[in-house]
Amino acid sequence: MAETTKLWISEDLAEKIRGHGAETYPHECCGALLGRDGNSEEAQVQPREILELFPLLNRREDSPHNRFSVTPQDVLSADKAAQVLGLEVIGWYHSHPDHPAKPSEYDREHAWPWYSYLIVSVERGAPQQMTSWRLNEDRAGYSQETIEIRSSAPVRS
Amino acid sequence: MAVKVLIPTPLRPHAGGKAAAEFPAKSVAEALSHLTAEFADLKRHLFTEDGKLRSFVNVYVNGEDIRYLAQENTPTKDGDTINIIPSIAGGSGLSQATEVRY
Repeated sequence: MAETTKLWISEDLAEKIRGHGAETYPHECCGALLGRDGNSEEAQVQPREILELFPLLNRREDSPHNRFSVTPQDVLSADKAAQVLGLEVIGWYHSHPDHPAKPSEYDREHAWPWYSYLIVSVERGAPQQMTSWRLNEDRAGYSQETIEIRSSAPVRS
Repeated sequence: MAVKVLIPTPLRPHAGGKAAAEFPAKSVAEALSHLTAEFADLKRHLFTEDGKLRSFVNVYVNGEDIRYLAQENTPTKDGDTINIIPSIAGGSGLSQATEVRY
């Protein structure tokens, strides 16, 4: 169980997430990660792959600099967008303006299992570190995923 | 006939990989109770330690949000569909002092 999970993303999509974080700074950005989950019956841990993004509006108008919120309607829209592409929603991204790319206590309290939670820190408007996390089964903490940024062009159907 | 409960993707690994399950149930509470009895691991993700539905767990009966019905006491009948839909939240959660400022 202690094996580190891997998340593949193309440089193109990684740059789009960074760009979204810079664009909404000093507010948090958020969106869905569409792709394929490679963790099947295979013995080896296969990487989970992000193949498209579904950027969303941050619905937290009262505190958008340090909170984000995605409504159930947005979740359904993201699910539909993924289905059209033959993919599934494998996780969510958001930014931490002027804050490290580490999940907060608030993130943990609100996290779902299984999803990858990708966080990009944005310092003074400039995107910095990008990390990804999955909630542990006991909900007590997170396991960090290894993000592999791949230079090849994303595969799009 | 029974009540169909649709299980969202992130919870399916805790539900034997199933996308849906059916139970005889006269209310949402009863259906969810059957669901968590069959798949015990779902309980901590759906409910808080004091047994309340978590704030980011949204439950719909035939497309209607139970918050606008009778919450978990919302009655159900054979053929109804209960859909569990996530909402997603988080954020850096800077100090409360910072929050007060805004």
